[in-house]
Amino acid sequence: MEWFKKKRKPREPIGERRLKVPDGLWLKCENCQAIVYKEEILRNSKVCPKCNYHFRISAQDRLRALFDDGKYEIIDDNIRSCDPLMFKDTKKYKERLKESEEKTGFSEAVVTAVGEVGKIPVIISAMEYNFMGGSMGSVVGEKITRAIELALERRMPLIVVCSSGGARMQEGVFSLMQMAKISSALARLDEAGIPYISILADPTTGGVAASFGMLGDLNISEPKALVGFAGPRVIEQTIHQELPPGFQRAEFLLEHGMIDMIVERKELKSVLVNCLRFMTPNQ
Amino acid sequence: MRKLAGDFEKPIAEIEDQLEQLSALPPTEEVTEKLEGLKKKLRKVCQEVYSHLKPWERYLVARHPERPYTLDFILLLFEDFVEMHGDRKFSDDHSIVGGLACYKGEPIVVVGHEKGRNTREKIYRNFGMAQPEGYRKALRIMRLAEKFHRPVITFIDTSGAYPGIGAEERGQAEAIAFNLREMSRLQTPIIVVVTGEGGSGGALAIGVGDRILMLEFAVYSVISPEGCAAILWKNQEKKEEAAENLKVSAHDLKRFNLIDEIVPEPLGGAHRDHTEAARILDEHLYRNLQELKEVPINDLLKQRYDKFRRMGVFEKEIR
Ligand SMILES: [Zn+2]
Repeated sequence: MEWFKKKRKPREPIGERRLKVPDGLWLKCENCQAIVYKEEILRNSKVCPKCNYHFRISAQDRLRALFDDGKYEIIDDNIRSCDPLMFKDTKKYKERLKESEEKTGFSEAVVTAVGEVGKIPVIISAMEYNFMGGSMGSVVGEKITRAIELALERRMPLIVVCSSGGARMQEGVFSLMQMAKISSALARLDEAGIPYISILADPTTGGVAASFGMLGDLNISEPKALVGFAGPRVIEQTIHQELPPGFQRAEFLLEHGMIDMIVERKELKSVLVNCLRFMTPNQ
Repeated sequence: MRKLAGDFEKPIAEIEDQLEQLSALPPTEEVTEKLEGLKKKLRKVCQEVYSHLKPWERYLVARHPERPYTLDFILLLFEDFVEMHGDRKFSDDHSIVGGLACYKGEPIVVVGHEKGRNTREKIYRNFGMAQPEGYRKALRIMRLAEKFHRPVITFIDTSGAYPGIGAEERGQAEAIAFNLREMSRLQTPIIVVVTGEGGSGGALAIGVGDRILMLEFAVYSVISPEGCAAILWKNQEKKEEAAENLKVSAHDLKRFNLIDEIVPEPLGGAHRDHTEAARILDEHLYRNLQELKEVPINDLLKQRYDKFRRMGVFEKEIR
């Protein structure tokens, strides 16, 4: 099995945006402003014990939390973004890539791994929001497509944990077409009767929501996650109107029939195991 | 007088004005001679201006208020158009039109964005920005093509999917995603034509097919230059720079193998001559349709998959 040869320890991410840890043992929740003992938040799956706010977590923490005993093998880790458009805004795309890599310790905005969830062999692709806003360029598109194709080949369930602002502008139409590429692959997975579960974490918008984000056999969201197509600011500017409270949050999507359920982070694994048992042949 | 796409069209417009005034005069020998001279000059200037369009100027051409829209192409290319309405779930989205038509004697299905010409029409068409029901209507019409083994032709011309409260409530993201997945396995040939503005996911939602044609001065982009400038430069005024960086022209996309064919436009752009624009498109459309009809459906679906599968560039790391 090819992917077992590429054993490699994932590097530790250096920084995390929304969970700012001041020097010392205490930190402040960005949602309720409460000062909480750091250990308590970490023990609580990075969820605020006071207000249940789900902080964004790294792709690595996702994989650790979902796979049995936190054990998994990272695959497809050897492809890198290049710069086909030679894109330069206030900074060169190449520089942004390098900075993101240094900041997160990941080479791209998604990590795919193989392991077991409730003793069921599963492939999980987890997106890394700290890598250029989790944006999808050619590499993210390719890695998720490969994950789908591997799921097809080995008849293994696929779980994608989404967290992304959408398509990556710096790769132009290449990024846009990843939506078509991934959705086409998901059509094959669907036809083959292989489970695909989409986990929507804060935030999932744009081209990621409008492709694999919303195409799960089950779409599961974390509490209060922002999920939608257009960004709230764009909508506000278009309609010149203030948006209703809770707009585009997970609870709003559940109410409007777009997701199957909202699951708290600490319950996520056991819910997934239940669903996977239903979706896979009897062991 | 014709509306200018932008200042770059001024030299063309000046000659067009002179031509107009001159042709109102009695056709003496002198006048006729001058007319001929002016026409020659017009061709030269058009050629000159339109062969040096900057990316942002291409946007202005693609968004020209007199550019041929989907309904214009339907009238010019097809016969017996029967328009279908509604998604059978919520409402009829007027920013997407579609239905049954006859193309050179052959029944086809056509779907496209429609921007609307004057203010009243623009409002009725929501400026060509579709909501979920529009994409769901489009798919419903395409499913009919599949059922009756008729080819699908789609025309793309939108600044993007509509960003609104209702659109989000009714699942804009789901509607687009669903179309992408279902079009990839629709069991009938699909030809996609980007006629004007190919605006992001709202364009792609009717843009998965076997052949992707693009008019010479159309644009196709992951985000509008204004949107990109606002996010990356934090300044909408940088839209020209954004347009340059995004590589939105038909030539760029052909070079990247993201589209199959560039459809030339009449001298000075499709907005100068709808009939000629349709005539040139007709040649490309018909040839591609004949080619696709020869391909067995399973091969067609495999080729469609492979086509999108190949899209993307990356480096393989050597360890
Ligand atoms: Zn809190």
